[in-house]
Amino acid sequence: MAHSGPKTPHPDTLAVHAGQSPDPATGARAVPIYQTASYVLPDTDTAAALFDMETPGHVYSRLSNPTAAVFEERMAALEGGVGAIATASGQAALHLAIATLMGQGGHVVASSSLYGGSHNLLAYTLPRFGINATFVAGRDPEAWRRAIEPSTRLLFGESVGNPSVDVLDIPEVARIAREHRIPLLVDATVTTPALGRPMDLGAHLVLHSATKFLSGHGVVIGGVLVDSGRFDWDASGLFPTLTQPYEGFHGMVFTEESPTSAFLLRARREGLRDFGACMAPMTAFQILQGLETLPLRMARHIENTAKVVAFLASRPEVERVHHPDLASHADHALARRLYPRGCSAILAFELKGGREAGRKFIEALSLFSHLANIGDAKSLVIHPATTTHFRMDEAALKAAGITPGTVRLSIGLEHPDDLADDLGRALAAAQR
Amino acid sequence: MQFIVQGYPAFAYTGGVAFDAKLPVVVMVHGAAMDHSVWQWQSRYLAHHGYAVLAVDLPAHGRSPGLARERIEELGSWIVGLLDAGGIEQAALVGHSMGSLAVLQAAIAAPQRVRRLALVACAVPMAVSDAFLAAAKEAPPVAFDMEAVWGHAKNSQLASSPVPGATLLGATRALNGRSRNGVLEADLRACNAWRPAQEALKSVAVPTLVVCGRRDVMTPPRAGKALAAAIPGAKLVMLESGHSMMVEAPRETLAALRDFLAG
Repeated sequence: MAHSGPKTPHPDTLAVHAGQSPDPATGARAVPIYQTASYVLPDTDTAAALFDMETPGHVYSRLSNPTAAVFEERMAALEGGVGAIATASGQAALHLAIATLMGQGGHVVASSSLYGGSHNLLAYTLPRFGINATFVAGRDPEAWRRAIEPSTRLLFGESVGNPSVDVLDIPEVARIAREHRIPLLVDATVTTPALGRPMDLGAHLVLHSATKFLSGHGVVIGGVLVDSGRFDWDASGLFPTLTQPYEGFHGMVFTEESPTSAFLLRARREGLRDFGACMAPMTAFQILQGLETLPLRMARHIENTAKVVAFLASRPEVERVHHPDLASHADHALARRLYPRGCSAILAFELKGGREAGRKFIEALSLFSHLANIGDAKSLVIHPATTTHFRMDEAALKAAGITPGTVRLSIGLEHPDDLADDLGRALAAAQR
Repeated sequence: MQFIVQGYPAFAYTGGVAFDAKLPVVVMVHGAAMDHSVWQWQSRYLAHHGYAVLAVDLPAHGRSPGLARERIEELGSWIVGLLDAGGIEQAALVGHSMGSLAVLQAAIAAPQRVRRLALVACAVPMAVSDAFLAAAKEAPPVAFDMEAVWGHAKNSQLASSPVPGATLLGATRALNGRSRNGVLEADLRACNAWRPAQEALKSVAVPTLVVCGRRDVMTPPRAGKALAAAIPGAKLVMLESGHSMMVEAPRETLAALRDFLAG
């Protein structure tokens, strides 16, 4: 017998509405910007109950804020999670996840194809605090398995890595994570829930740099961490921060309070409280404005990217284009399987003529903006080897798929013919 | 806190403080394929405000091992068994959905052990649709979706949550998804099968509270009203909520329980 589940709102509808009811005080339809540091406590009993987590509500905007909460709940709904925490940046979301799960002596296994900032945190900064990382070739399941140590507490990768646009085999890596009783955290900044939901593929935690496609207009810095609520911390036995009494909060055992929300409870009650990398209400409002059009924008980003990829692949000045749309890309079939609506508005390509040609190319562009960001409505270009990934040594660059001639593009929402014209002009200029 | 009930370990959350049987005891019982954490926003408060709280995990739920019971009568006797195990002479019993049937059955079978009775999102009978039962048996993920969607007010998926940053349906879906094989089906069968005589309801002599959700589609408000009318002296509280009022209207649910328990 076929079982039809109940109707649920489509992602387009969630992107516009989830997490928000019209403001009870004013009836405002748009999300109000609750620009307040703190909240009046109606009486001493309620105050004590709020502080002791006996009743839900807002106390202080470092811990929670009504505007940020709309963003959190909308992202949790879009990703299919139990909840989310908005953070000051994508980096803050990554740090919050790691600091919630482990302390000194902890270990992370991460794909070598990471955003440069994430690589910095894992390779250089966290070791100073006793947390180490091993980087592995994301496509090699055995490499993930081999790198797991007794102290490993997290597997981490990007749904689509940049700049070489390699696709993480989330179902496979999630299987390895389950085998070892550790969670898989996926940075889904490039794909967004409009193209795919990592938790549906087996990921336990998801983070985004909301600076990119979620907000979509390059106007804010923000991040978000979403929990699926599906990882069994008690059964794993490897996460005392969640399963043992926490002196910093009246001996609370987070998995006892809520087996599904234990991670987010600790992340908010410790991580936001003590590290303080919260999201400002104005930032949350601006990201929400962008989020309302996320499905529309991603469709156009992907459509434009397909045209740019085809254009570049046809040009003699281009040595090679890296994008899973192309049958030559190692992840072509995987991308089709995991992301049937398209997987990336980021692409990279190798120019003939190496570093010097790259310099001329970037400087000859007029429509593309030369800057360190992705996921803007405007098309963007950068030379990773000298900017976003410049702290990597040659071996790490190679592992991340970057050469001195690699150019990264983030395709925006302009007319694709105008983008092709701009690129064509710059390609010609680069060969002069 | 661990007990041995009917020969098996049984877990009860005590609200973040040590259990003190000298205080008035409140036993809180969850619904189908859930666990003690559904009472997160009521149990901890009560435990810090003069009550000895036992928010239980029924057998085969949450941290309690054993087999799921397929009859409400068995759940009722398990609750009495918990009181025995804890050396508790009398307790207030609070139940949600399937848990409300279990505590009602306990009050019918052992009225001398029950000080007060709170039935949250309750309907007698609690008929379960064939589609829901069949999905629970043959396609549990679909049944979990049904429980999550029907278990909240219709607009919940597009509404703000009283718990900042938490999705209203997400926790229900995730908690259901963790339930052991066959547990949801057993729970739903137990709910569907329990048909006490009207005389049994009329015999309930302990002070009783019925808490309804005006937008509850699983145990609709008319059923709550009928139940409150059937139990002598029962008090009815109607909340602006769906079936999961503990998360949809956590403060209002707590206020109703707090006022009733103190009365």
